[in-house]
Amino acid sequence: MTIRLNGEPYDIAGPVTISALLAALNIDPRIVAVEHNVVVVKRQQYDQTMVLEGDEVEIVRFVGGG
Amino acid sequence: MTSDPLVIAGRTFRSRLVVGTGKYPSNAVMADAHRASGADMVTVAVRRMNLTDKSKESLIDFIDREQIFILPNTAACYTAEDAIRTARLGREVGLSNWVKLEVIGDERTLFPDNIALLEATRVLVSEGFVVLPYTNDDPVICRKLEEAGAAAVMPLGAPIGSGLGIQNPNNIRIIKEQARVPVIVDAGVGTASDAAIAMELGADGVLMNTAIALADDPVAMASAMKLAVEAGRLAYRAGRIPRRSHAAASSPMDGRIAPVAAAAGGRAGA
Repeated sequence: MTIRLNGEPYDIAGPVTISALLAALNIDPRIVAVEHNVVVVKRQQYDQTMVLEGDEVEIVRFVGGG
Repeated sequence: MTSDPLVIAGRTFRSRLVVGTGKYPSNAVMADAHRASGADMVTVAVRRMNLTDKSKESLIDFIDREQIFILPNTAACYTAEDAIRTARLGREVGLSNWVKLEVIGDERTLFPDNIALLEATRVLVSEGFVVLPYTNDDPVICRKLEEAGAAAVMPLGAPIGSGLGIQNPNNIRIIKEQARVPVIVDAGVGTASDAAIAMELGADGVLMNTAIALADDPVAMASAMKLAVEAGRLAYRAGRIPRRSHAAASSPMDGRIAPVAAAAGGRAGA
């Protein structure tokens, strides 16, 4: 399936959970926040939240700023 | 003087200097500058993870989270909606409900959009956020932000990154006079005297990034800013003398030795 990940098309076998998506991307879940279809997903819900074809996912982290 | 911590929303900070994490030559220099500044709160931005290059070192690893409280910002948000989304994401990364709220209204000056800022403040306060809005140096909008539940107000000294210093000291003084929440002068500081002036005007704190990060020696400038904020605060508490347009001698008039002419018994022949 194709999802929209940080604004770009991204192919992954799915549906997948947020946890599985982060693992596939090799991202430490403790240093990011995830938005799924414009709703922030709580960390405790990563295992239960399913990402489906066409969904929008944003993965953000802290960077330098003022 | 007695201990004089900064308290915002019930949380106590030892330092009245808040510093950023952007634009440093390296993360290592940033960590040294943070230590030199004595700051126990730093701002960070929330941005998309680079998914093609995840090798970049993580900013968080260079912030001593035992000592330093992390304040996510909503920099570069141009609508209330984007700022609210970014605040929610920042809360989830950082596991605190504090946000430095920015809603920018103009690209060239980075001045805030005060209407959207007020709207976003209301929404985030209702969601339980501790909201620290970056605002124009306008006493009226500062009062409205406070009424909307802002935990502090953060008027700008000058445009972000401009280094122009406090452009409207009288407004900062008025904002402080009326505020019942802490006033943090945010943005525009160029060098140590600017930070001292902000504190002498009565500001409860100063927030800066560029002035330290882009100094030739960021660590030395961080030390200078620490001292300036402390000096300005002390001077404010000490109570400065009133300004006057003419001199007032520091040494007594009484007991001066006699002028030469008088000692000689009057000028001979005059």
